[in-house]
Amino acid sequence: MAKIKCALIGSGNIGTDLIYKLKRSEFLEPVWMVGIDPESEGLARARDMGLKTTAEGVDGLLPHVLSDGIQIAFDATSAYVHAENSRKLNELGVLMIDLTPAAIGPLCCPTVNIEQHAASGEMNVNMISCAGQATIPIVHAVSRVQAVPYAEIVASLASKSIGPGTRANLDEFTYTTSDAVCKVGGSLKGKALAIINPADPPMIMRNTIYCLTEDEPKKDEIKASILRMIEEVQKYVPGYKLVNGPVFDGKKVSVFMEVAGLGDYLPKYAGNLDIMTAAATRTAELFAQNIMSGKVTLKATKPTKAVEA
Amino acid sequence: MFDNNHLKGKKVILHDMCLRDGMHAKREQISVDQMVKAATAMDDAGVPYIQVTHGAGLGGNSLQHGFALHTNEEYITSVASKMKKAKVSVLLIPGLGTMRELQSAYDCGARSVHIATHCTEADTSPQHIAYARKLGMDTTGFLMMAHLNTVEGLAQQGKLMESYGAQTVYITDSAGYMLPNEVKARVHALRQMLKPETEIGFHGHHNLGMGIANSIAAIEEGATRIDGSIAGLGAGAGNTPLEVFAAVCERMGIETGCDLFKLMDIAEELITPMMDHVVRVDRSSLTLGFAGVYSTFLLHAERASKRFGVPARDILVELGRKKMIGGQEDMILDTAMTMAKERGIQFEESV
Repeated sequence: MAKIKCALIGSGNIGTDLIYKLKRSEFLEPVWMVGIDPESEGLARARDMGLKTTAEGVDGLLPHVLSDGIQIAFDATSAYVHAENSRKLNELGVLMIDLTPAAIGPLCCPTVNIEQHAASGEMNVNMISCAGQATIPIVHAVSRVQAVPYAEIVASLASKSIGPGTRANLDEFTYTTSDAVCKVGGSLKGKALAIINPADPPMIMRNTIYCLTEDEPKKDEIKASILRMIEEVQKYVPGYKLVNGPVFDGKKVSVFMEVAGLGDYLPKYAGNLDIMTAAATRTAELFAQNIMSGKVTLKATKPTKAVEA
Repeated sequence: MFDNNHLKGKKVILHDMCLRDGMHAKREQISVDQMVKAATAMDDAGVPYIQVTHGAGLGGNSLQHGFALHTNEEYITSVASKMKKAKVSVLLIPGLGTMRELQSAYDCGARSVHIATHCTEADTSPQHIAYARKLGMDTTGFLMMAHLNTVEGLAQQGKLMESYGAQTVYITDSAGYMLPNEVKARVHALRQMLKPETEIGFHGHHNLGMGIANSIAAIEEGATRIDGSIAGLGAGAGNTPLEVFAAVCERMGIETGCDLFKLMDIAEELITPMMDHVVRVDRSSLTLGFAGVYSTFLLHAERASKRFGVPARDILVELGRKKMIGGQEDMILDTAMTMAKERGIQFEESV
């Protein structure tokens, strides 16, 4: 069966890494790369890898969507332009996988809630953030055992792996991740912290997850649940690893994780890049399988007015 | 050449840190009453800027950094409402604090802010600096762990912060590692790079006993703002002790506008009695300064040491080797556990 054809919007770190992930997919085929700078290295690299490219932004892609049969688009630009990108492509019946912190669609984490969204016919789903993808599965692993009134996650990221978009809009990253710790992770309140470390050689992405349980923690059940969850995430991010913990201090549960990437576009220290693109790919694959089997039909949304950026 | 009066007549703006950086040394347990009392006395002594809140600043209340006795809003409101002349300031580290919290601090009466990033990551601060300026706050770009960037590199980072709108750029010796010539080189390069109207500040820690010498060195190269802390109450071996610094300034003819004897009284009668431990250069804080480790890591490392049986000094040296930076307090426990495992030390959570 023919693969589902995809467009990538944004030719930075994330967009480029996605090319590698999609090229390996049984269900997805990367066809277009959209940028805004004709001189950009990202577009040149995409061309070298056999993709069609435009430097005219999403408007440069629109005339080709139907003729090239594009059904899924990945947006790796910024929260500020995402809404408009999504509106234009949704109107042509293209499903939007949002890798920006815009979060106008439901928040998705493959090991927690993807089955439900992939079957719902949503036309826009959001991938939260790299920190969210790396930590929310663990929060969920604790909250499925017992109530978690508060969860907090700390992501340490290698400076070289953080692009200009994230740097200039760090608060959006914080807000979206904190929100998802609650809505997807299952805690009542949530907080997200990010630290960008410039050590050379670069440090591998590290994540610490703290959960406060309402009652005394059920240590054995929590530990078993976390280990099961790690195996699930390892199916799409093999470098997802428990370093220390869970440590129990009263009602506080602390888990210390490391995420090594596959080393596709950036070296393996950039586990943050990998877990984001791998999660987006896995999400798109589930949608693709549902589209192929006829379980889901993508419906063009009705034309609406432009979204103010 | 050996004249003591070469800085005579220079004006320097002092900024007290004991009610913010000092929170680290107090495990975030300074009460609103204690803050109001100390800040009121400092206001009366002529200290122009007083920083308050959780040690990690806005958004600091967390499992990672500990929970203070009160919310940041309670500290800011209580102190700001009592100030006659002094401005209340806050610290915001992007990635921890956000613009929402800055707005809230402003609404409570904060009028000055240090927007702090690691010394190589200034480009994570543009939205916060711009927002502070929009609120009309006295806005500082605060480059932490400044010893970890080159002279040239640090100057470029300062230039970035100036381009976002920072009115002052601070060189922040978070590890208390720098020596006077290292400070001079950095201030000098910044002075060359920045617009003449942009001020330069220095924030020292006393881990190698250089807080005052470094601050004077900074002034010699054109710094006009100095952070210190009365009685040195701050992370590690503390900040530049403000009353001692004021005395040195007075002898050198540097004008601070502060009443030296009143500062001495506050140190002796209010701040020193508040200390849980004598904030001084001891084995652990000296290790911070010598190894170039973030001063706030001190008490965390001592706690991890007790729990996992690895000496605090070994943990601190390892954190320095791994180039851990401010905010990575979780990595202290993690590093201690990993070291304990390597050394065959048994603990409850051995996996």
